[in-house]
Amino acid sequence: MTTFRSMRFWGSVHRRNKRKGFAEIGAGFGCLGAMVLIIFLVPVGMAQERDAPKAVVVQPGAPGMPTKTLPTSTKGTLPPKSRADVEFMQGMIFHHSQAVEMTAMIPTHSQNKNLRELGARISSSQSDEINFMKRWLAARGESVPTTMPDMPGMMMSSSGSMPLMPGMLSPEQMEALRKAKGAEFDRLFLVGMIQHHNGALTMVKDLFDTAGSGQDAELFNFATDADNTQRAEIRIMQGMLANQHKEEKQ
Amino acid sequence: MNRVSRMVLSVGAALIICFAVSRMQAQAAQPAPQQEQAQTPANPPAAGDAKDSKKEAQDGGDGNPFAPEPAPALPPGMTGSDVNDPRYKLSPGLYDAGETSEGMKHLELVKKPEAFELGSADADNPKVQKTIAQLGMPPAMLAKMPKEIQLVIAQLAFANSDLAFEGNHLFQGNFYGINIFDISDPANTKLLTSMVCPGGQGDVSVYKNLLFMSVEMPNGRLDCGTEGFPPEPMPTEPDKSAENGAKDNSGAKDAGKPQDSANDKAKPEQRRPRLPAAQKDRFRGVRIFDISDIQNPRQVAAVQTCRGSHTHTLVVDPNDKDNVYIYVSGTSFVRQSEELAGCSGEKPDKDPNTSLFRIDVIKVPLAAPQDAKIVSNPRVFMNARTGEINGLNNGGTHGKPGSEKPRDTDQCHDITVYSAIGLAAGACEGNGIILDIKDPVHPQRVDAVNDPNYSYWHSATFSNDGSKVVFTDEWGGGLGARCRPNDPNKWGADAIFRLHDDKLTFENYYKMPAAQSDTENCVAHNGSLIPVPGRDIEVQAWYQGGVSVMDFTDPAKPYEIAYFDRGPIDPKMLVLGGDWSAYWYNGYIYGSEIARGLDVFELTPSKFLTQNEIDAAKTVQLNELNVQDQPKIEWPAKLVVAKAYLDQLTRSQALPANRIEALQKAIENAESSHMNKGKVAKLRKMAPSLEKSAASAKDQADSMRIHGLADVLKRLQAPA
Repeated sequence: MTTFRSMRFWGSVHRRNKRKGFAEIGAGFGCLGAMVLIIFLVPVGMAQERDAPKAVVVQPGAPGMPTKTLPTSTKGTLPPKSRADVEFMQGMIFHHSQAVEMTAMIPTHSQNKNLRELGARISSSQSDEINFMKRWLAARGESVPTTMPDMPGMMMSSSGSMPLMPGMLSPEQMEALRKAKGAEFDRLFLVGMIQHHNGALTMVKDLFDTAGSGQDAELFNFATDADNTQRAEIRIMQGMLANQHKEEKQ
Repeated sequence: MNRVSRMVLSVGAALIICFAVSRMQAQAAQPAPQQEQAQTPANPPAAGDAKDSKKEAQDGGDGNPFAPEPAPALPPGMTGSDVNDPRYKLSPGLYDAGETSEGMKHLELVKKPEAFELGSADADNPKVQKTIAQLGMPPAMLAKMPKEIQLVIAQLAFANSDLAFEGNHLFQGNFYGINIFDISDPANTKLLTSMVCPGGQGDVSVYKNLLFMSVEMPNGRLDCGTEGFPPEPMPTEPDKSAENGAKDNSGAKDAGKPQDSANDKAKPEQRRPRLPAAQKDRFRGVRIFDISDIQNPRQVAAVQTCRGSHTHTLVVDPNDKDNVYIYVSGTSFVRQSEELAGCSGEKPDKDPNTSLFRIDVIKVPLAAPQDAKIVSNPRVFMNARTGEINGLNNGGTHGKPGSEKPRDTDQCHDITVYSAIGLAAGACEGNGIILDIKDPVHPQRVDAVNDPNYSYWHSATFSNDGSKVVFTDEWGGGLGARCRPNDPNKWGADAIFRLHDDKLTFENYYKMPAAQSDTENCVAHNGSLIPVPGRDIEVQAWYQGGVSVMDFTDPAKPYEIAYFDRGPIDPKMLVLGGDWSAYWYNGYIYGSEIARGLDVFELTPSKFLTQNEIDAAKTVQLNELNVQDQPKIEWPAKLVVAKAYLDQLTRSQALPANRIEALQKAIENAESSHMNKGKVAKLRKMAPSLEKSAASAKDQADSMRIHGLADVLKRLQAPA
């Protein structure tokens, strides 16, 4: 805090000194000196301003076409909104909350150090992304699905045939994961999370195959990054799974 | 259809009506929000919805959706970021945030031009007002859409991105176009041109009269239009279902909600007819502008690619004077072949011509840039032995029933070419790779690495001698807070490798050491070398983690030598901002601040860096800088370069004190005599004995400094 205050202070003092310095020079020269200074400085100053051309706002045309000059008062506009964008975000919150639920089992179900690290990483990125998606929806006045960290399993099983988002683990798969321990848990977790992440990739593909969707910059960036992050995590999990398989054979 | 999805859809419909109404500016004045809402027929469900979300928040324990998520506990064995650093708790603000720095001085912030900010025409939009209410802003703010709200609604649509330099011009990319600045007086940088041309993320390069720009988003249009493309029409549901839905939901168990929307999502084809997504006027790829008139750039070509262009890299082949090349890194979805013939997002086993698993190379004839086109699609992930195009990380031997097929690296995020050594470093999703680019149209992979702590390989920088590569990991994609006290310092960090005989060997990580708040997006991002002779120094942007200057001369022991940081844009929610890139260009550091504008900095001397070292860096003057087309730095034979080496040898005590003193004296004499012939000759004579000492230096860095010093002395010339 102190540093901050002194920095800010420094800035303002610095600026003030500059102005003050100028005044002092004038005073030192006396009235005549000041007038001379003004005569000399003002035209120079004006000339400098003329040298720097006024900023323009332009909009190029298609290749080979001329560029338009826009009024300097031009402000930015956004592309139209898409319902598919909103539904994607709402669905992905639901999808991600299962990943968080799965990683929450790791501490009590596995001693595998690598899996614990991976779990922490997935948990961190997915809960962060859930938060991001909620903000995205709320900032646009859209309804934000509630995540129920303690309940989703129950909710699933009570719903029976209700289809899940792509890749989500079935209530039976979640139950099997919950019951497993040690190496079996590790395997089920990895297989399950790979399936889960692949589902997210499907959701992203469906989004971009819908007309007019994904034009919102934040959503586009988020969907693309989530897609990339999950691909990378899938690869890491496949490596871990392959290692585990090798170890079991030995 | 279930009740919640009905509610969601009809509330959406209702809000669109509000939106349309407010767009038509039906309201004459600006009444209080409640009154205004009462005037619009579709508002009751929206109000109910707002109430419900508050209720949900309480019931579900989720709280304010804008509140940041606390960081998870630090994994065992990991170290987090430093909470005792003065950068940890700076006061928040958009333009008045607390600032602190060491070893560098902030000269100015040029605010983002108005044409690149969201128009406030939507201030009456009930959605905006709802957002304002949720953020707990005072009613006075409702009169006009405050800038903070613009940022919340469109954090990225108007985000500043990467930088390129030519002469006295700085080109700042933006998701909405490019801004061009006059930097002839860096501390008094002036805007020249705001070029509107949306499509994100606006990665820029410049070569003589040509300006290149990356476009990847679906709203990109050939004609630079801002209108994008029409979305699927709204479903036509009777209005009353909106009320029912909202009412039902207010009393419903929250537990049913997400599941319902899942059901809704799972059957899109039953809900609406599908519009074709393909659009002939869409543009995703690399645009080329003629900037002969800097205030009237003209689009001369737009080269379409299947995955668009997230980043691109200018490649200047030293053996080809007639053309330049562009390496295109596309990271997002492959578009439909109906839109661009030949595009395919299939896996390689299904389609050997898939648009995945490749980069695109554009050839730009300098005499006819309008004829620029793709000339190759190098399969840089191919397994050279087997010919598989998905040859990296093909780790699929587990093959247990039920397990998924392996996933492979199928894209590069960014490529840095270093033509002087004929190599490029690609940061490619799950791998860091080295490419031989002596034939720039057909780059060949010569090495690839991965790293257990890396989430997403993002960018790369070579040391000037080509013996080291700094890669970055953009964990969380840049949107997340990843420098919190509990975030491991090996995650979202730089990874420094040695490069020898085209092989990479990992040495260490570097992460900007200061903890940041949970409302600051922070992770390793773009940087460039600072040309201090005798050392490997990189200035790097860490988004809202600020700018950090790092010495990696010893790749196993990187350390920070200077920094600048601001407090978060907002203390209660993460509003995207911070420096996207921080690059050194001809004596100054320029930071492209996503939300705020353009930062200009100067280095100041400290115990880590002397004035001579700074001045020696300033002797390197380039006509053009595209950081990912890395230039070979060569230092002129100037006394200040010798003085910089001497400062370093003093610091590391690489030479006996009396020899250093003698050298200093000789340099002073030459300087004070204005390079008198005799004094210069005396200095030059000291070179051979230095070269002998280099052999007995205690480490390689000192040996190279002594060589460097000897070389400068040998090349010294007395003025004729």
